[in-house]
Amino acid sequence: MSKRPEHQAPPELFYNEDEARKYTQNSRIIDIQAQMTERCLELLLLPEDTPCLLLDIGCGSGLSGSVLEESGHMWIGLDISPSMLDVALERETEGDLILADMGEGVPFKAGSFDGAVSVSALQWLFNADKKSHQPIKRLYKFFSSLYASLSRSARAVFQFYPENESQLDLVTSQAMKAGFYGGVVIDYPNSAKAKKFFLVLMTGGAAPLPQALGTEESDNSLQVKYARREASKAARGKPLKNTRAWLLEKKERRRKQGKETKPDTKYTGRKRSGRF
Amino acid sequence: MKLITHNMLTSKCLKGVLTGYPLAINATNIKINEVDFNPDFISRIIPKLDWEVLWKAADSIGHSEGLPQTIEQNYDDDKEFLKKAHRVLLEVEVEEGYLICPESGRQFPITKGIPNMLLTEAEVQ
Repeated sequence: MSKRPEHQAPPELFYNEDEARKYTQNSRIIDIQAQMTERCLELLLLPEDTPCLLLDIGCGSGLSGSVLEESGHMWIGLDISPSMLDVALERETEGDLILADMGEGVPFKAGSFDGAVSVSALQWLFNADKKSHQPIKRLYKFFSSLYASLSRSARAVFQFYPENESQLDLVTSQAMKAGFYGGVVIDYPNSAKAKKFFLVLMTGGAAPLPQALGTEESDNSLQVKYARREASKAARGKPLKNTRAWLLEKKERRRKQGKETKPDTKYTGRKRSGRF
Repeated sequence: MKLITHNMLTSKCLKGVLTGYPLAINATNIKINEVDFNPDFISRIIPKLDWEVLWKAADSIGHSEGLPQTIEQNYDDDKEFLKKAHRVLLEVEVEEGYLICPESGRQFPITKGIPNMLLTEAEVQ
């Protein structure tokens, strides 16, 4: 059986009391959620030092909401799982909570919010959990009602886990159809673990997409990339193991994956002196 | 549910409902929950609100005391007014009761302060 939660049960059943409890007790989950929310806030580009009203879609136990509160914003959260919302009540978050299904549309009047964030929720919309569910229709309904509920020049940032290329295409095409501009920003694309997808949607005019993290290499034009590839081919693949060149390459690879790596110095890869 | 949320919330997702705003409140239990006062936020949010709807909502649950029916022009400097608005918007919470759609009469229950806006299959557009 697949490990993806979306394949196991509908969200309102999957996030039962046991699953919801993980979101208060498991410090790893809490850390990751907080980090991703911080990145979402960064991508939202809100005006500095201005308290805003934000919408949190799939707020769950309010972990993302706590991050929004710390930055001085007020938030209203939507979620489909009553158990998760119960945990949010227990945690006494400042935001207001609403039990709703995002696929049925965002139930707010026009121009209500200065921005919207969503952490690990959007992938649930790709599933048809009931006979009446049509993912494309639900995605469109969601994006068009969200577009209406945002104020002009507001942004919406979704961190999500697309299963494949076609889901990415589907989600961006439906968002564009609803009137949004924008696209997907992929942080740390070279890493299996740190790789994260952010759908950045903008209302009111196209603007350049923000730079993804861990992609300094890809700034250069394609030609440079190919030139480098040719050069490395000329060097007959990997350098000899346990040499300084090999070590430097390994460190570079780890940097690309967004892992913590010590800086390169003149001491890197040196042999210890005989005294040791 | 805070009244700021009520001021934004609609039932337009219901099939056949056009605006679905404002929702009527029928409250059986109301709680006051202290929240830090942030004058910047309140003065920023006021232009976005439908003040008439807010006043009527506050009045219908008996918390409109001291709240003016219309907003004065330079409300930014009126600290007393901002404090009252803060209290009504963020501190008064409807714990139990229900919301009523003005067009279809559909009731949305509020339990533990969370309005249940889930629709049945037949109600989805």
